[in-house]
Amino acid sequence: MSTSNASAASAAPKAPRNGGRRPKLTLPVILLIIAGGLALFSLVRVISGANDLTSVGQVSGALQLAVPIGLAGLGGLWAERAGVINIGLEGMMILGTWFGAWAGFQWGPWVGVLMGIAGGALGGLLHAVITITFNVNHIVSGVAVNILALGATRYLSNFTFAEEPGGSSKQSPRIDAIDRITIPGLSDWLADLQDKHWFFVSDLAGVLGGLVTNLSLLTVVALLLIPVTYWALWHTGFGLRLRSCGENPVAAESLGVNVYKYKYIAVIISGGLAGLGGAFLAIVSTGIYQEGQTGGRGYIGLAAMIFGNWMPGGMALGAGLFGFTDSLKLRGGAENVHAMLLLIAILLVVAAAW
Amino acid sequence: MRKFDKDRLLLGLAGPVLALAVAFVLTSVVLLASDRDPIEPFRLMFDAASFSDVQVLIINQTGTYYLAALAVAVGFRMNLFNIGVDGQYRLAAMVAALIGAAVELPGPLHIALIVIVAMLVGAFWAGIAGILKTTRGVSEVVSTIMLNAIATSLIAWLILPSNFGEQPPGSNDLTTGDIPESGWFPALEVTGGEIYGFTFVAFALGFVYWFVLNRTRFGFDLRATGASSTAAQASGVDAKKMVLTAMLISGAVAGLAGMPTLLGDTHTYSFNFPVGVGFTGITIALLGRNSPVGIFFAALLVSFLDKTSADLDQHGYEKEIATIMQGLIVIAVVVSYELVRQYGLRRQQRKVGEELAAGHALKTAKEAAK
Repeated sequence: MSTSNASAASAAPKAPRNGGRRPKLTLPVILLIIAGGLALFSLVRVISGANDLTSVGQVSGALQLAVPIGLAGLGGLWAERAGVINIGLEGMMILGTWFGAWAGFQWGPWVGVLMGIAGGALGGLLHAVITITFNVNHIVSGVAVNILALGATRYLSNFTFAEEPGGSSKQSPRIDAIDRITIPGLSDWLADLQDKHWFFVSDLAGVLGGLVTNLSLLTVVALLLIPVTYWALWHTGFGLRLRSCGENPVAAESLGVNVYKYKYIAVIISGGLAGLGGAFLAIVSTGIYQEGQTGGRGYIGLAAMIFGNWMPGGMALGAGLFGFTDSLKLRGGAENVHAMLLLIAILLVVAAAW
Repeated sequence: MRKFDKDRLLLGLAGPVLALAVAFVLTSVVLLASDRDPIEPFRLMFDAASFSDVQVLIINQTGTYYLAALAVAVGFRMNLFNIGVDGQYRLAAMVAALIGAAVELPGPLHIALIVIVAMLVGAFWAGIAGILKTTRGVSEVVSTIMLNAIATSLIAWLILPSNFGEQPPGSNDLTTGDIPESGWFPALEVTGGEIYGFTFVAFALGFVYWFVLNRTRFGFDLRATGASSTAAQASGVDAKKMVLTAMLISGAVAGLAGMPTLLGDTHTYSFNFPVGVGFTGITIALLGRNSPVGIFFAALLVSFLDKTSADLDQHGYEKEIATIMQGLIVIAVVVSYELVRQYGLRRQQRKVGEELAAGHALKTAKEAAK
């Protein structure tokens, strides 16, 4: 899952929002929790015989599905940490898919990625102007951004994609793919190991294999953004000021922080991240822009962020969970779902016995 | 009788009028920028609205939107943001269609059963969010968004032929089966088509909404809790109970939003059933400022945009321009309301300042308005 990269980042947060009531999560504790979780998974797999549960393909698929959700969640995190609720993530993602595809099929995928970010940031700017300058209710503004993004991209498609060969008013021509990396020896070895279906070892191999097989470079960038966000928001003066604008703008203002500026920056970055998530959907996941492609992932990203208690690591965990269940559904159906039910049953028993 | 305040009325009208003007101008700019005639599409839309069949479509659509917007507005009055109206509406319509198709009852009873089931299902789905909010403090925005997603999956599962749905021969669509004729709501025949009977129920409900909110103790409590939950609590209102009740009412009304279409037109729920009505309802409630009359005109405006833009394609214009316009209207509306509010506040402050400077004792607002 995409979480293993990010969980290191969540190791150190010292003051989660609701004070220090929870025991501190140190790196060894986190690794232990992950190992325990994996062992449980392994047990369920052996009992139910659903060997696809932790296969390389499953994990790699889950990662691919988790990245757009995670990027949207990261966008939500930036905005909320600066005190702006961003329901407009969905619209900003839509802008990201459209601009990403529009630039992508003409000038190559990386230009598409940049334009996707720019498109999302444009949506973020609009949201910032409405909420920060005009002081309008954040949710109302977000809903408006969503409507406008949907209308604008559908309208623009008529003038751009519809006139291109291979495109229509509902979808773009094909975009060149971004290079994918597979670590030559390691991937095969891990896949072999996973095929042996040993308890725990094969599962670990499957998860690691999924993380190093057929990995798009943009996925790597997206994964890196999680620790980068954590570092920028919690280990720099810039991040401290930005969070202070969310926690207590009046106090921040009195200490000489330009609250308006920081809120603008945060919401624009938020839009840019959501736009990147959209560009990922168009360029990496499908290689094409389709109308309605985002399918509510902006909202899910917001949910993933709240699930993660407004922290990047937790958010990544949430996104990974959503990606994993999506992947289970796509790949296989009943067997996997029954195995998951077993897992939930075990967890419930454990929770009850606690 | 309250004294008629001309300035206040002017300010109240200035908001929407300003917003609509700005939205029209911006839409024209978009049209110009995409190398299209900036006025022609509007003319075509007004032309389309002069046909009686389009008028009937607009009125029918207005009824549906009116109900969805009322559902949102009930929440707004309480400071609750029910984004889940769309999920509540779809799930309610689906379950009501299932039950309606499964039973055989004399006319009025059959209709009543379908309507009550729809209200209960809508209220139940919204009530989940309400209970989560009152017991665990979960933001209703997030929980209703999630419930929308769950409703989508739940409907997709329930409508499978192996569960409760059926597949009409020779079609890819899945439906819930047809409601027998005893469960059809009588329609009003006019030139150009039929106006769904339930549309009139919808408008009547607008009156009920006004009466309950402005003329009953419950409505007062609801508005008080929305304005300040702490103050309301201090005066003896159980804020938690109000939150739950408001969510239940909002959900029940959302459940009704599917009824004009279900009882008047399709008589079955399928994947062709309109989606996104709840989200349009949010737009309309904002535009109409939660007042029953305002919502009516806002619903009429949005239905007008929806139905008259459909033909734009045939004249070489893209019908998506109507969606852009809707988005622009929402933004213009909320921004202009805010600007007008700030202006009104400043004006009031200036007035008071002048009075004080002139050495008069401070008059009450009522006296000053004379």
